[in-house]
Amino acid sequence: MGELLTVNMGPQHPSTHGVLYLELVLDGEIVVSCKPHLGYLHRSIEKIAENRTYTQFIPFTDRLDYLASMNNNLGFCLAVEKLLNIAVTPRAQYLRVIIAELNRVASHLVAIGTFAQDLGAYATPLFYAFSDREKIVELFDSICGSRLTYNYMRIGGVSGDIPAGTEEIIKDFIKYERKQLMEYNELLTYNVIFLARSKNIGILTKEQALNYSITGPMLRASGVKWDTRKEEPYLVYDKFDFDVPVGIVGDSWDRFKVKLDEIEQSLRIIEQAIGAIPEGNPVSKVNRVFRGTGETYMRTENPRGELGFYLVAEAGFNPYRCKIRSPSFSNLGVLEELVKGLNISDAVCVLGSLDIVMGEIDR
Amino acid sequence: MQNSEVLIQIKNRFPDLAVEETPNALVIPKTALLEVSTFLKSEMAFENCHCVTAVDRKDKMEVVYHLYSFLNHFMLTLKVIVTLDDLAVESVSCLCRSADWLERETFDLFGIRFVNHPDLRRIMNPDAWSDHPLRKDFKRADFIPRPQSQGLKG
Repeated sequence: MGELLTVNMGPQHPSTHGVLYLELVLDGEIVVSCKPHLGYLHRSIEKIAENRTYTQFIPFTDRLDYLASMNNNLGFCLAVEKLLNIAVTPRAQYLRVIIAELNRVASHLVAIGTFAQDLGAYATPLFYAFSDREKIVELFDSICGSRLTYNYMRIGGVSGDIPAGTEEIIKDFIKYERKQLMEYNELLTYNVIFLARSKNIGILTKEQALNYSITGPMLRASGVKWDTRKEEPYLVYDKFDFDVPVGIVGDSWDRFKVKLDEIEQSLRIIEQAIGAIPEGNPVSKVNRVFRGTGETYMRTENPRGELGFYLVAEAGFNPYRCKIRSPSFSNLGVLEELVKGLNISDAVCVLGSLDIVMGEIDR
Repeated sequence: MQNSEVLIQIKNRFPDLAVEETPNALVIPKTALLEVSTFLKSEMAFENCHCVTAVDRKDKMEVVYHLYSFLNHFMLTLKVIVTLDDLAVESVSCLCRSADWLERETFDLFGIRFVNHPDLRRIMNPDAWSDHPLRKDFKRADFIPRPQSQGLKG
C-alpha cells in the first residue's frame, strides 16, 4: 500500500448532485474509505412543520425532493388525510395519479441525463433528457402556474381542475416519449462505452439492500420485486395494469435501466388513467382548517424510493411532530460500502447511479 | 396482521415483559429493546428497520421505530420511553445497518444517545454545536417560534 491521500470532493463539485461533501481517502486512484458529510442544505423543515398548520406546510414539502415536488405534496397530503380520515373525490384521485406519474417521468429523465453526464457523455444526453422534461414542466406550469415548486396538491383534493386540452397534450407527450425512449436505448443503454463504464460497477446485493433499507428503483435494481404502488396500493393504483421492472445484478447499469423501464411503466399508467378520469369536482368539500389527534405513518412511492411521513397530532392546528423519512437519506447510507475499492472515477459513477437529491437528505 | 397479534407473540416469548398497547403502537421498556427487536427480526420477519425517530413529549421522550415485514406486509410501530435525566437507549444498528444513520440523525436533532452505536456523531449540524433543534424547549436568540395558529378568523 502506498501513501494514503485524503481528497475532499465537494461540497461544491459538479458530480456530487448538490452540496454533498465526500471525504475520500485514496491509495493512488483506489478509494480506501469514503465519509459523506451532510447538512449543507439543512433547513430543519421538521421544526418548521411544528410551527405551521397542515395546509401551510404543503409548500415546504416542495423543497424536499425538488425534482419530484408533486410526489412530495402527494405524500404529505395523503398522510394528513390518513390522520384526519378525509375522503377524496374519485376525480381528484385520478388527477393525482396522472400528475404524480408525470412528475416521476420528469424526475427519472433528470436522473438518466445527469448519470450519463457523470460518465462523461458530455451535454448531449443531458440536453435530450431536459428537453423531454421541459414538456412536462410546461404542462405543470399551465396546470398550477409554477415550474419547479408546484404546491398543487391540497388536503382533500388538488388546488384546481386541469385546464381544457390538457388530456390531448398528455396523450401527445406519451407518443413522443415512447419514441424518445427508443432513442435513449440506442444512445446510452447498449452503447459500448456506457456499458464499459457502468456494468458491474458498484454492485449492491439483495441482502445489503434490505439491510440498509434501500427503497425504490435502487432496491428493484438489486432484484427485489417491491413497489409500494403494487404491494400496498394507495390512491387508485390497484386499478391500473403495470409491471415492476427489476434488475439482475444490482450494478450501476441496472439502476439506470430500471429507471428507464419505469418511465415506460409510468406512461402506461398515465395512458390508462387519462382515459378513465371520472367527472366531478377535484376539490373535496372539506374544512379549510384541520385539527385532530393521533398519529399516523404514511409512505408513498417517490421516484427515489419510499417517502414516509410520520405525523403526530395533539390538540391544536399544527402537527406536534412531523418526521420525514426521505428515500435518498437511506439510499446514500450505503455509498461508503459500495465505493470501497473502486477507482475514483467509478465512485463518481456509483454516486450518479444512486440518484440522490440533497434537498431531502438534509431537509 | 395487527398490532395485537405481534403483542401476543411478544407476550408468549417474554412473559414478564410489561408491553403496553396504544392505538397505533407497542410500547416496550427500554431495557428490553435489543432483546425484543432481535426476536422480532429473527422470528417474526421484521427485518427492515424503516425509520427511527423520536418525539419530545416535554416530560419524557419517545424513541419510535418503524419496523417492516416484507413477509406479512405489515409496518410495526415500536416505541421506547426515555426519561429526560437518562437520554440513552441501546442502538439497534447491529441488527439493521439502516438504523446507523437514522440513529445519528435522532442523536443530532434530539440529543438521545444510542449506546454501542459504531459512530455516534452529529450528521447534519456542526460537531461543535451543543443544541438539539427539534426539542420543544429549543431556544436561540435568532429562533422565534410562531404563535400557535388559531385557525381562520371570520
